[in-house]
Amino acid sequence: MSNTVIPLLLDSLASAALIFFAAVGLTLVFSVLRVLNVAHGSLYSIGAYVAASICLFIVSRQLSPYLSFVALLFSAVFVAALFGPLIERTLIRWTYGKSEAVQILITFGLFLILEDVQRMVFGVQSLYEDAPMRLLGTSLIGGVVYLNYQIVLIGMAILVIIGLRLLIRHTRLGRLITAVVADREMAQSIGIDTNRIFILAFSLGVFLAALGGALAVLTSGVAPGLGADTMVLAFAVAAIGGLGQIEGAAIASLIVGFVRVLAIYYVPALDAVAPYAAMLIVLLIRPYGLFGSVTARRI
Amino acid sequence: MRISLAVAAVLALAVAPILAPWLEFVLTLAIAKGFAALGVAILLRAGLISIGHAMFFAASAYGVAFLARAGINDFAALVALSVLAAGLAGAVVGAFLVRYRAIFFAMLNLAVSMVFYALFAKLYGVTGGTDGMAVPVPSVFGIVLSEPAFKNTLFYGSLTLMVLVGLGVHRYLDSPLGHALSAVHTNEVRLEYLGIPVWAVLLIAYVVSAALAGLGGAITGFAIGRVVPDFAFWTASGQLVLVAVLGGIGGVPGAFIGALFLELLHSAAVTVTDAWNLIVGAALIIVIMFLPKGLYGLLARRAAVAK
Repeated sequence: MSNTVIPLLLDSLASAALIFFAAVGLTLVFSVLRVLNVAHGSLYSIGAYVAASICLFIVSRQLSPYLSFVALLFSAVFVAALFGPLIERTLIRWTYGKSEAVQILITFGLFLILEDVQRMVFGVQSLYEDAPMRLLGTSLIGGVVYLNYQIVLIGMAILVIIGLRLLIRHTRLGRLITAVVADREMAQSIGIDTNRIFILAFSLGVFLAALGGALAVLTSGVAPGLGADTMVLAFAVAAIGGLGQIEGAAIASLIVGFVRVLAIYYVPALDAVAPYAAMLIVLLIRPYGLFGSVTARRI
Repeated sequence: MRISLAVAAVLALAVAPILAPWLEFVLTLAIAKGFAALGVAILLRAGLISIGHAMFFAASAYGVAFLARAGINDFAALVALSVLAAGLAGAVVGAFLVRYRAIFFAMLNLAVSMVFYALFAKLYGVTGGTDGMAVPVPSVFGIVLSEPAFKNTLFYGSLTLMVLVGLGVHRYLDSPLGHALSAVHTNEVRLEYLGIPVWAVLLIAYVVSAALAGLGGAITGFAIGRVVPDFAFWTASGQLVLVAVLGGIGGVPGAFIGALFLELLHSAAVTVTDAWNLIVGAALIIVIMFLPKGLYGLLARRAAVAK
């Protein structure tokens, strides 16, 4: 028994780290903009496609493979800068104050558009490049061989959690964001430029999604349909943690990662069911998620 | 005016496959999707958006395949039983879910539907995994038909059902029970003060909508001859909401207008471009922004002006 515990925990952590990037972006956007962005998964897969294309280029030109790691970060920034302001300015802004049904449908329309745009730009073949990952080598933990890259992933996820916490709790921008989340109208009336906050928060969400996609390229590549798959998984994690709760998303990622790896170890047939079953159980007991706050009923 | 327009539309649909035989398959699928979208539209009236109704669509399609495998070979029995199964599934799922509102309702429907999807895809021994299951050509009232003859019967059967079920749903939406749905949307607490159990109103709507989605799924299964897990994927659920909103939720014809418009546009577009999702996505955004009542709302307004 004990010889499976360490691999099981490490696998869970690595799996949790990968899901976390997509989920935390979704939950961040929801908490600030109060819009559930159904196209979030597409931004994840666009990040993956951009990163894969650049990595393949680097490898084909025989440039230093370490450049790939810079490329991963660059592609996330690039996707965020390109799509963040554009989408928030045009589509998302229009849905503020409208019903959830309208918000979900508008972003679903965006999801359909982005899926085709990806297909037209990057084609339908899957892209895969693991040379940079092999560069980092492996290590032996508890008698099992591990990719060092998996450990880097876990480290990145922890960095993102700490970074977001620092940003929100200890910077001026973070205080402005907190004010907008707490009371949008009041924030506006004391002179906070909410439009700027929305653009920044949305772009940050896009950046996190694209970063998740870029980091995942080295381990699992990217193929059509990745966006749709990621969307529901990120959604499940964000919902378990309580939509809008950043720390909640982190703990929910751990739960989903753990449940998934448990299923893979013991009932492989159910690995795809596990995250949604976990989501269902949590939401039926606590509809606002594990860490969500209960809002008063509308009268 | 309105009635004559509807009769003309149904007649046009009935004649179309005679003039252009390739339309038969497209129109059968459109009517099937229209049923499912109508189910989603009923819930939308109460302000509830479900991104999970493809699960009932798929449950019923798989129901047909399972029952056929079990030896039932009669078309009417297969449709009736699988729609019943979808309705029952709707009653069970709905009993848990109608307590929730807004985004939580959407989310929970999504979660349940993804459990369905993953089970269909993963239980290889039972459901054939991602290969899906074949739906054989059934006998119709004891008569064994060739495949083209059955597809023909299926189309006219679906068209008849569209009129009958459409009238039934129209009566339902026009009854106090149906009007209570929009009242839930506007002010649910007031409804409870009036002594109307919101829970029951919504559960009945949920079961009706699940059965309608099931009817659409059964017809689609027969038309394609195969059911696959993708029937239950969340994007399929999203498409159903899309059809409902595109057509407009103001009345029963809306869902069918949306479905017909979309399927016909699809057949026209595939010859020109493969960026179909892009067109649909853009159309959806444009309709929501500029035609909040959908295509049906547009037609109804024209009709009102003409009068």
